Amino acid sequence: MEEVLFFVSAIGALGGAIGVVAMRNPFYSVLALIVHLFSLAALFLLLTSAFVAAAQVVVYAGAVMVLYVFVVAYVGGGGESAWEPIPGQRFLAPLLAIALFIELSVAVLASALKALGSEGPDVAAGFGDPAAIGTLLLEKFLLPFEAASILLMLAAVGAVVLAGRKREETA
Amino acid sequence: MSIEWYIVLSALLFTTGLVGVLIRRSPMVILLCLELMLNAGNLALVAFSRMVGNQEGQVFAIVVMVVAACEVVIGLGLLVAIFRRKLPLNVDELRELRG
Repeated sequence: MEEVLFFVSAIGALGGAIGVVAMRNPFYSVLALIVHLFSLAALFLLLTSAFVAAAQVVVYAGAVMVLYVFVVAYVGGGGESAWEPIPGQRFLAPLLAIALFIELSVAVLASALKALGSEGPDVAAGFGDPAAIGTLLLEKFLLPFEAASILLMLAAVGAVVLAGRKREETA
Repeated sequence: MSIEWYIVLSALLFTTGLVGVLIRRSPMVILLCLELMLNAGNLALVAFSRMVGNQEGQVFAIVVMVVAACEVVIGLGLLVAIFRRKLPLNVDELRELRG
């Protein structure tokens, strides 16, 4: 059962990723990314991390993708020009990617990490649920948690400054 | 499923995102491909956290998610600003800062 779920989600995640890269229209790329994100949330659930999966669906597939859809609708998806400043980039890039994939796989699979071939240790029932992650965030990782909130606020202010209308009138 | 499957899948997703960043010209699609790469990193973090049996890797993944959300907000803000000034939405034509 677990194998079936893993392969279905893995195919969904990979198909979504390829869709993002291959689609001509940016709107379809965004839709493919939503498929990818939901499959990834299923993979997180298989890895017994319920809170990360929920955050993935709510934050990414919910909030961030709505932002993307709005911007695609506002900007519109234009076609891409065929002009290439670096000749052959379209053929060299996949070659580089294949080389990187082989290197990453070799580096991980040939490492001395014995536990890689296992399914991980047996964990208690509360592993990765919101209560456990919340306790960690508010006790052990309080400083990174607050730094993340400051970063989010700065990003929101920055987006308003960048995309706001007033700047254009004064400039 | 053993953990190595998840790690190899994460490497595959990362390289797919890398191809997208390298071959696409539209800044919007490049941002989407950056999301792919960050999510592949997240998958590896969560898989390793399961392998060790320690939840702290999941906190790391959540922080990565926060940073990705900030990156999207700033990137899309820049995109809207570029569009308002009627500049071309093509990373090869926006090369003034290249030196």
